[in-house]
Amino acid sequence: MTVETGVVPHPDVRRRGFIAVCRVGDLVPERGAAALVSGEQVALFRCADDTVYAVQQLDPFSGAFVMARGIVGTRGEVPTVASPMYKQVFDLRTGECLDAVGKEPVPLAVWPVEVRDGVVHVAPPEGPSEVSSPGTET
Amino acid sequence: MTKPIVPSVSDMPAAQSPQHLVVIGGGMVARRLVDALRSRDAAGSWSVTLLCEEPRAPYDRVALTSYFTGRHPEDLALGGQELWDDPLVTLKRGVKAEAIDRDARTVTTSTGSVIDYDALVLATGSYAAVPPVPGKDLRGAFVYRTIDDVADLRGWVEKRRNELDRPVRGAVVGGGLLGLEAAGALRALDVDTTVVEFAPRLMPLQVDDGGGEALRRLIEDLGVRVRTGTATSRIVGDRGRVSRMEFTEGPALDVDVVIFAVGVRPRDELAVAAGLEVGERGGVIVDDACATNDPAVWAIGEVANIGGRCLGLVAPGYTMAEIVADRLLGGSGTFPGADLSTKLKLLGVDVANFGDAFAQEPGGLEVVISDPVAGVYKKLVMSDDARTLRGGILVGDASAYAALRPMVGRELGGDPAAYLLPEGAGAAPAGDLPDDAAVCSCNNVTAGAIRCAVTDGGCTDLTGVKGCTKAGTSCGSCLPLVKKLVTTELEKSGVEVSSALCEHFDLSRAQLFDVVRVQGLTTFSEIIAAHGRGRGCDICKPVIGSILASLGTGHILEGERASLQDTNDHVMANLQKDGSYSVVPRIPGGEITPEGLIVIGEVAREFGLYTKITGGQRIDLFGARMDQLPAIWKRLVDNGFESGHAYGKSLRTVKSCVGSTWCRYGVQDSVGLAIALELRYRGVRSPHKLKLGVSGCARECAEARGKDVGVIATDHGWNLYVGGNGGFTPRHAQLLAEDLNTETLVRTIDRFLMYYVRTADRLQRAAAWVEDHEGGLDAIRAVVIDDSLGVAADLDAAMAVHVDAYEDEWAAVLADPEKLRRFGSFVNAPDVADDSFAYVAERGQPRPATADERAGGVLIAGTTLEVRR
Repeated sequence: MTVETGVVPHPDVRRRGFIAVCRVGDLVPERGAAALVSGEQVALFRCADDTVYAVQQLDPFSGAFVMARGIVGTRGEVPTVASPMYKQVFDLRTGECLDAVGKEPVPLAVWPVEVRDGVVHVAPPEGPSEVSSPGTET
Repeated sequence: MTKPIVPSVSDMPAAQSPQHLVVIGGGMVARRLVDALRSRDAAGSWSVTLLCEEPRAPYDRVALTSYFTGRHPEDLALGGQELWDDPLVTLKRGVKAEAIDRDARTVTTSTGSVIDYDALVLATGSYAAVPPVPGKDLRGAFVYRTIDDVADLRGWVEKRRNELDRPVRGAVVGGGLLGLEAAGALRALDVDTTVVEFAPRLMPLQVDDGGGEALRRLIEDLGVRVRTGTATSRIVGDRGRVSRMEFTEGPALDVDVVIFAVGVRPRDELAVAAGLEVGERGGVIVDDACATNDPAVWAIGEVANIGGRCLGLVAPGYTMAEIVADRLLGGSGTFPGADLSTKLKLLGVDVANFGDAFAQEPGGLEVVISDPVAGVYKKLVMSDDARTLRGGILVGDASAYAALRPMVGRELGGDPAAYLLPEGAGAAPAGDLPDDAAVCSCNNVTAGAIRCAVTDGGCTDLTGVKGCTKAGTSCGSCLPLVKKLVTTELEKSGVEVSSALCEHFDLSRAQLFDVVRVQGLTTFSEIIAAHGRGRGCDICKPVIGSILASLGTGHILEGERASLQDTNDHVMANLQKDGSYSVVPRIPGGEITPEGLIVIGEVAREFGLYTKITGGQRIDLFGARMDQLPAIWKRLVDNGFESGHAYGKSLRTVKSCVGSTWCRYGVQDSVGLAIALELRYRGVRSPHKLKLGVSGCARECAEARGKDVGVIATDHGWNLYVGGNGGFTPRHAQLLAEDLNTETLVRTIDRFLMYYVRTADRLQRAAAWVEDHEGGLDAIRAVVIDDSLGVAADLDAAMAVHVDAYEDEWAAVLADPEKLRRFGSFVNAPDVADDSFAYVAERGQPRPATADERAGGVLIAGTTLEVRR
């Protein structure tokens, strides 16, 4: 699926496979928002210092596309999001599952993010990293 | 005819039809026996018939006096109804045993039926003794033993008060434990009360002269007159009613009511008639297995004469019940001797004694602290080297009881006097208590058993340990000690026992509420900068969002507050398992017009939503995508509906029955009150969800006592119950106040709710809050009704602010384009619908497809699935 965003990607990031998604100002601070990137659902998060992170929107524990609706916070210095469904906590930088709430930990796939001139650019996950879904072996 | 001797239970094949146990008596000890037997006899080898002379199931006789402080007879019920619903248990109420035929093994009842037994247990308890005083049978003379006794007493006092143009005057004959209980009852009925005791001091069996003197001062301070060393010679009547008491010495006393509380006598007449051995001073003689001289007949509780005496306390009765249950199942339990330690609150005064309280063992040293100004008397009896605790007496402040009683016979360590100072209770040696020390004497739970419940049983809090061990579930006096043991054990095993909210805040929710309120903080950033660290998490953010909402700082999605809300509050709908949401419009009191129903139906049809009636008398619409919520709510708001707050930790519904408007039995307009309450408290943010109920009569069709706050109509107004709960731990709400007019009712609920909102822990329902509140329901009643903390005006004002500032959250969002924007499906494609949902039709409505259905690619459709009608 191709989506017209009305945002012109920065030439540098376009070369590296980054896709312009939205303006930082479109994101509410310390809250997530879902985005469609190359037909895939991605959860974007804008932290208090305006750093933007992107992880898979699919919650691997519930199988619902809801990660962007989780509460953003910190654990020590680590920026985190808690799944709105069953409250598993993930490291926004790496996708690591920090608290699996009694289940086997499953990580989130992470999308590299670049912010240029106030525009959020997201690239597909690098390497063999797959979107984790319920039943994904880790 | 003689039946063959029953083989011993252990020889019985398990599959055989059950043997039959008949229990004569329906008191606390009888109930304990049935409970113990049924919980241990998994194979169902015994069926039980309980003959209960009183017209009600066994109740908490120890708490009888609370009947006068607003509790209803049903509040005295012991445990749940489940025991009596057990198919192996038959409870015959209002049926008295008339005769026992030990040869035929039958009991003949007052209804003329003859019941066979394989084993018979006498649990007939005691009579209240009445001294042979002339005039003892006049009207207005009572004993103090059963619910009917106290109900008659109350009726008489109220009748006399109406007849007399002055306060009612009463006397209690007997200044022991029961007499002071009775004096408390008279005082609760506003009777001008005198206690008359034959012995030279009050409570002669429990306290010494020093303790008796302290007790007299404390009780006289309460306005109760005390005459010790006084024998009643006769009661003079006037028109058949008591009117004057005369004594062997001293002036006569004018009275309108007299209660005899001079002691109890075992009810052994059935046993005597059946030829069982009884003691010289009464009581059925039993051995240390509680068996009588007939091996098929047992006796337990106050009627049992064990070790040469009858014991008038419930704890040894419970022990006997457990022994008989054990023996019936082939066990070999024996009576370990009674711990006669007691801790009581009589007329609000603490009295406790334990161990060798009167220093009868030779060579004892007494350590005494007597402070008439503070109204305390405390004595410890120590061994001759002042190291080992032998016993003690505590009057006026018995807080050290729980810690000291288990130490009897053990070295105290340190200066004994330290345990008697006010802070002594704090230095309680709970951590060092040996494993075999009995902590809960009512249920015979040792310190070791409590520790084990934490270490091996996996209990992680006091509630869990209570459920697992039964410690602290009877009189509750040991709870502080149990709590301390649990905390110590949890800490030892590395479990953090801290009231800190999360890693970002060291404060508890209640502390945080106070600092935010007092310092007037209005944003998360201010609060975490001043009192926390980091940027919060899914624990503390919603708590602060709720606190700010409770303090009336404006819309929950305004500015930075939006980032604090859980997804339910953030989109003001309820997240379901597939990522869709459900929508619940408010239907106050469950009353809805046909037009309203049609609107909801049309909205559901148009958006393809699954509809279900909720437990709270409203309609839930499921399967809405986040981006559909504004359009759904636009339709609802335009047609007069508003947010039902089903998504919030806030007031859900006020459930009602149809009430006096339509119902033949209703005595008040329950629907009208429910609507008024729902409109008053809608939108209140609280530590957890709040459910209310209003019933229009005592039939209680609204199930109000299962609610956080329940109101039940009476002929004179409303009874207010609090702390009920359904869910995981069902609880009946307890009576907070009765016969309130509507204005007082609303004010009391205002205060109760606000006090709860301010002081409860995160996600703590009102039921748990009431239970954990220091001093329990009585303390809460003191705060919200008697204003003991001086906060009532503040609580009233806080609720008034809420009521004035209320606005419909959904209407406000629909009027704000910036807030509406957040409902878009994708930040870069707000008009593209999320296509991740899959539904199948079931019973004519959509439901989420299962994983298998999705994988098989069957029957998949979007949320606008066409539903066949």
